[in-house]
Amino acid sequence: MALAYSGRVLEANARVYRRTWRGSVMSTFLNPVLFLLAMGVGLGKLVDAGDSSLAVDYLTFLAPGLLASTAMTTAAGDASFPVMAGIKWRKSYEAILATPIGVGDLVAGHLGWIGVRLTFVTVVYGGVMIAFGATSLVEGLLAVPPAVLTGLAFAAVVTAYTARLKDEQGLSSLFRWGITPLFLFSGTFFPISQLPGWMHPVAYSTPLFHGVELCRGIALDLPAHVDPWISVGYLVTMLLVGWFFATRFMRGRLVK
Amino acid sequence: MAEPLVIARDLHKSFGELVAVAGIDFEVQRGEVFGFLGPNGAGKSSTMKMIGSVSPISSGSLTVLGMDPAVDGPRIRARLGVVPQDNNLDEELTVYENLLIYGRYYGLPKKVINPRIDELLAFAQLEERRKSRVEPLSGGMKRRLTIARGLINTPEMMILDEPTTGLDPQARHLLWDRLYRLKQEGVTLIITTHYMDEAEQLCDRLVIMDKGKIVAHGSPRQLIEQHSTREVLELRFAVGTQEARARELEGRAVRTEILPDRVLLYTNDADVLFDEIHAAGIIPESTVSRRATLEDVFLHLTGRSLVD
Ligand SMILES: Nc1ncnc2c1ncn2[C@@H]1O[C@H](COP(=O)(O)OP(=O)(O)OP(=O)(O)O)[C@@H](O)[C@H]1O
Ligand SMILES: [Mg+2]
Repeated sequence: MALAYSGRVLEANARVYRRTWRGSVMSTFLNPVLFLLAMGVGLGKLVDAGDSSLAVDYLTFLAPGLLASTAMTTAAGDASFPVMAGIKWRKSYEAILATPIGVGDLVAGHLGWIGVRLTFVTVVYGGVMIAFGATSLVEGLLAVPPAVLTGLAFAAVVTAYTARLKDEQGLSSLFRWGITPLFLFSGTFFPISQLPGWMHPVAYSTPLFHGVELCRGIALDLPAHVDPWISVGYLVTMLLVGWFFATRFMRGRLVK
Repeated sequence: MAEPLVIARDLHKSFGELVAVAGIDFEVQRGEVFGFLGPNGAGKSSTMKMIGSVSPISSGSLTVLGMDPAVDGPRIRARLGVVPQDNNLDEELTVYENLLIYGRYYGLPKKVINPRIDELLAFAQLEERRKSRVEPLSGGMKRRLTIARGLINTPEMMILDEPTTGLDPQARHLLWDRLYRLKQEGVTLIITTHYMDEAEQLCDRLVIMDKGKIVAHGSPRQLIEQHSTREVLELRFAVGTQEARARELEGRAVRTEILPDRVLLYTNDADVLFDEIHAAGIIPESTVSRRATLEDVFLHLTGRSLVD
């Protein structure tokens, strides 16, 4: 029953998305192309011409990292502003909870929908990577599940975070102090080994690092810095703990 | 007699220190229109949300459709229709999409929802707006749409929190007509309102709440009989003379109420009283004689001063 209920929430999200997809579809297709062109091809020429210690050319190195990062930013976007809108701006969650749907179903359906979106976005991204010759077909597709897992782990935590926010200021802090630094320093653009030694433990402990590691490991078939199962365990734990608190905080916020 | 659809016993709701509902008892019978009246902050919406099984009760007991909301919330909500005090329609979506998506939350198949939407749009006089977005609709249209949305699952009982607040008289009368039709179809209605004429028109029985408690209950007619006289004589005096005049009137009526701009005399026969006053040489500037209304009862029981 609970599954059916969260399915209804997922479906409603999809219906709403059907009306608003035009805004995001351009970024879904265009972002990977732009990033891979500018950073991978443009910057990559310089990197590859210099004394690069990378085992592969820069584009190949960068692409899977960007895949994981894109999953993170997509998830963070979908789990923040729309959640605030549901709670506060449009009060759609209040309307939903007057029906048989409960808070647990609401959160599960919301995360499920983000999972669908992430699958779509990462498959498109994988396609662009393949088109750029940054990875092979099989390895590009194999990198999709860890990217989706990375995104979902973030979606759960960001939903929990947003459920407790009074206003949207907390959302800009989230991106300024959370998502953007992670994007820059989790090994997407350069190997962690380039960072000063004291920052290594910090970088290793961030979730995006593990997402990048997993995607890169699969796409490039490179030896990993950490056991991939540790990375999977990390992200799964983050997803489950985030989900638990998302439901809990949402209940505290919506059931009065 | 059939079991009531709602049974509340010593029902409480608190938000931290604040007690919003302070022990109320009532029963709602199948097929009736049951009203909650009360000044701002009396606890009406809090009570509605508990009946709607979205807000847990703090203490006491509550049975809705024979079930306990704490245990069977989803099953109860599946059979209720809810119109919240503030519209929470999805303004980005069209009228049709709002209804469709809501129907899907109840798990109704599209085959069932679509003909239902046709009926409801006709019911709410929104057929022409089917494809328009909700945001630009007028307040009355949004209210009608919210009511239509609350009916998408053909509920046995509807909970309407101030369904007509903010509407113009035309829109209110249209809504009254619609609500009356629902009642005739056998839907039980629970409504809150600040409009006494609305309560008199619509409610079979009602309770008046004040500060979280029920201060009176009965049919509109019973309430007037119990808490007021049959008629009211309203007198206005020349500016500055009201005080003195009013003192001369003391004791002549069943109850005398002195307002800043006029004096109200509660009596069972306004004409007789008027003649008596005239005979005593008290000549007001203007006089209105009328039947007592629910508003008189309401103001008498809940006071004339603002709570907040
Ligand atoms: N979620 C909440 N958190 C804290 N206090 C609340 C909450 N909801 C209601 N209250 C308080 O409970 C009291 C009763 O509010 P309620 O909304 O039930 O009144 P009402 O009779 O519906 O008033 P109105 O006619 O203004 O709609 C008020 O003092 C209100 O501030
Ligand atoms: Mg209210």
